[in-house]
Amino acid sequence: MKHLLLCCLILATLLLSSCGFLDYGFLAPAGPIAEAQRDQFWLVTCWTMVVILPFFVAMPIVLWKYRRSRKNAVYRPNWTFSWLLESLIWGVPLVIVSILSWNVWKATHTLDPYRPIAGDKPALHIQVVSLDWKWLFIYPEQKIASVNVVAFPVGRPVHFELTSETVMQSFMIPRLGSQIYTMPGMVTQLHLLASKPGEYRGQNTQYNGKFYAEQKFTARAISDSEFKRWIKQKQSHPPLDMRAYSRLAQRSILSEPEFFGSVTQELFNQIVERVKTTPAADLPGAAKATGKGG
Amino acid sequence: MTGEPLNYFWLGKLSLESLPFVEFIKTPNSSTAIAAFAAAAVIGGAIGIVVLLTLFGKWRVFWREWLTTLDAKKIGIMYIVLALVMLIRAVIEAAFMRAQQMLAVNREGPLSAEHFGELFTTHGTIMIFFMAMPFLIGLINVVMPLQIGARDVKFPLLNAISLALTAAGAVLVMISLVIGEFSTGGWSGYPPFTELAFNPGAGVDYWIWAVTLSSIGNTLTGINFAVTIYKLRAPGMTWFRMPLFSWTALCTSILIIFAMMPLTVATLMLALDRYAGFHFFTNALGGNMMNYANLFWLFGHPEVYIVILPAFGVFSEVFSTFSGKRLYGYHSLVFATIAITVLSFGVWLHHFFTMGQSANLNAAFGIATMLIGVPTGVKVYDWLLTMVRGRVRFTTPMLFSIMFAITFVIGGLSGVLLANPPIDFAVHNSLFLVAHFHNMLIPGTLFGMFAAYNVWFPKMFGFRLSEKWGRISFWFWSFGFYLAFMPLYALGLMGAMRRTVQWFEPQYLPWLLVAFSGAVLISLGLISQVIQLWVSIRNRDDLRAPGGDPWDGRSLEWSVSAPPPEYNFAVIPEVHDRDAFTWMKQHGISYTAPNEYQDIPMPKNSVVAPLIGFLATMLGFALTWHIWWLTIVSFLVILGTVIARSFCRDTEKIIPASQVRQEHEQWLARVKGLIPTARADETTSENQGLAEVAS
Repeated sequence: MKHLLLCCLILATLLLSSCGFLDYGFLAPAGPIAEAQRDQFWLVTCWTMVVILPFFVAMPIVLWKYRRSRKNAVYRPNWTFSWLLESLIWGVPLVIVSILSWNVWKATHTLDPYRPIAGDKPALHIQVVSLDWKWLFIYPEQKIASVNVVAFPVGRPVHFELTSETVMQSFMIPRLGSQIYTMPGMVTQLHLLASKPGEYRGQNTQYNGKFYAEQKFTARAISDSEFKRWIKQKQSHPPLDMRAYSRLAQRSILSEPEFFGSVTQELFNQIVERVKTTPAADLPGAAKATGKGG
Repeated sequence: MTGEPLNYFWLGKLSLESLPFVEFIKTPNSSTAIAAFAAAAVIGGAIGIVVLLTLFGKWRVFWREWLTTLDAKKIGIMYIVLALVMLIRAVIEAAFMRAQQMLAVNREGPLSAEHFGELFTTHGTIMIFFMAMPFLIGLINVVMPLQIGARDVKFPLLNAISLALTAAGAVLVMISLVIGEFSTGGWSGYPPFTELAFNPGAGVDYWIWAVTLSSIGNTLTGINFAVTIYKLRAPGMTWFRMPLFSWTALCTSILIIFAMMPLTVATLMLALDRYAGFHFFTNALGGNMMNYANLFWLFGHPEVYIVILPAFGVFSEVFSTFSGKRLYGYHSLVFATIAITVLSFGVWLHHFFTMGQSANLNAAFGIATMLIGVPTGVKVYDWLLTMVRGRVRFTTPMLFSIMFAITFVIGGLSGVLLANPPIDFAVHNSLFLVAHFHNMLIPGTLFGMFAAYNVWFPKMFGFRLSEKWGRISFWFWSFGFYLAFMPLYALGLMGAMRRTVQWFEPQYLPWLLVAFSGAVLISLGLISQVIQLWVSIRNRDDLRAPGGDPWDGRSLEWSVSAPPPEYNFAVIPEVHDRDAFTWMKQHGISYTAPNEYQDIPMPKNSVVAPLIGFLATMLGFALTWHIWWLTIVSFLVILGTVIARSFCRDTEKIIPASQVRQEHEQWLARVKGLIPTARADETTSENQGLAEVAS
């Protein structure tokens, strides 16, 4: 028994010490979207408490008061209704849900991933292609491309346009907030902004086979001047032509990020269109018929 | 013909490589070893059953009394046995997944990525289609006809066929352990990942046919139950005298009828894509996986309420019975159930807020989702108020119900959070979501089924279950649940995603350790339940309750012997009150002999259902492995069997009035000899199923 208690104590300390759990997701926001989501999280929790706290208080009291072994308790086996209580248990949740509904309507619109983030700086345009099992980022204005690393300036809104050339995936940078699906033959939109400089983990959240767990990328929020330098540096890399792209699109994982110094304006649209007309089995990312699923 | 095409003709895509043993010998590692061991366990289990049946000479009994029976109670028991067997497999899989995740922080765990993918797919598929569904359908089969004062369900053969189809699906999932592999596409099987281009193996096909067979079986069950409740209620059993469990059975059946079909359609369309080169959900040539997501969740969300409503019914009965009090807010509970039934069809989109639709649409579905919280909250408070001014007895079923209520409310909170699209954008696909739905389904469905199992077991078999081991299992399950799933909430908020085979964040480790310890406790809970069953069977003479009313029950099923006769009631009772049996006890007309007995027609045994079950298994297996001759043969024989049966007119037997009289009077005499039990002694051997009537 003593050992058990000791183990529990050690584990509890460990848990508390890793209560830096606020440090890895949207509860430790690094941008306005995640920040608003965190606020929503606590707001909804508080309002819901109005309904569930009375239950948590009442439950033990009722169990204690009306336990069978307590002989002198009131016993009314035919008591089945009270207008007052009934209107409370229907009414209070209805009021709370109404308040929350109004909040949901507003918040869903302001935090719509398709909605551009207001700001004095123009949004940076980045195109994202999800592949098995890596992320390709195309900067159409800067004419460079990167794999598994995406960099953008702090404080400047980023407009992601996303598609997939393989199965459906989901693009997410937890500390910046919202995620969105990437789907073959379709383009989705996501607007994010980093307000703190740093390196954030980005990931696919939709299972897509063998190396799903390793399909991570680094999102680097850096200053304007650093970003300019970063772009310049990457421009010296070899170009991303169809041949290079076809190699990338094959099922594989990369140990190191890759960069491409030039990229054609139409590549992204070509990828979207190609998927629509090419049977998936003929795409470079298809499973080779090995008999085993991916 | 040369060897190759000849092999293909007879065996399709089957080859020696399909056996996990061969794979283990080729590439021996921890993952293939576990797979080979699992395959050996399935084969061993099957051989064990055959040997036991032969040793004890029970084949004839097994065939006559069980496989070919059309008695709803026995069909129900077979459903529940199936559910328990599948529960054991799925819990073992869960423990393996927890172990893998705990061991795979910054290094590879014992399982390969594919193996892990198969585990989370079978775990989900089994828990929903082959554990929760058979458990609740079995329970409704046992309880509902008795509760509404009927002799049987409306379509007894259809009932047996439903069981056969569900069992065929379950057998396919078990076969996949021995021959080939299972899908890695998760229980929702999203294309295009499950399309041929990305998953050419047999795994997805196993999944498709297992789910398709069970969904057809479920649809037939839904129709059967709904018609039974509409048409076969005893005289005086008006809608608002119907016990709440039967109400939830009705609402669940309506949900099944409307919700199962989109699933059948979705899996068949996916099959057309894979087998016949169609393009419903492919990337190219006009296919669109968004249609699949819509179809699947059009089934998938009502499914949540299909599995939870009957448990709500159980809790209503338990809170009332074990508080010795009428149900508080009966009408409220009925209307809340109906409201949930209707609303559950309007929320499916919340499973994919992140698919890129407009904010208007997301907001509307978010609000609809929160609305469901209102009737659900009402229910929880109605149960609480049922205990107020009652005399609460903390028996095993009551403990499960109380723990359900407390835990479910926490799940409700995370549900309201997930219903909010902006929050969902941050935690979708994360372990927060995994924690949420386990938080709803384990206390909601599973604890409900466990409570029901403890309550109605004496009705099914004539003896009670061991209270001591029931309580032990309760504490293991409860602590196990909290330890296993509360850490997942935290992990989800830290950005940990579901279905992840390996972690690269050492900060997750402490939480994963706690979650694993929870899985260990849950496994101990399951083991305690096996011990409970074993101990109870061994001590069955001490636990007998032939009177049939061990808990001072309130509805009609408690008014008959335990186990009840095949025809349920010697004479169909007349219902005067919502708590029909309590009313009878209070008016002193329980255990009375009627003036006259009549002949009772009951359905004859039929070989049709086990035959269809066997052929459906063959059909699914043949389709999975492209064995076309077997596909055609088994399909044609199923069709022929159904047509031949429809010409069969001699389907009923008559139980003569004299036999009914004799059996009933014998039971009445036995009841007369029993000593009424006070509630204080209900868990002791004093309790022989005759309740002391409260003054």
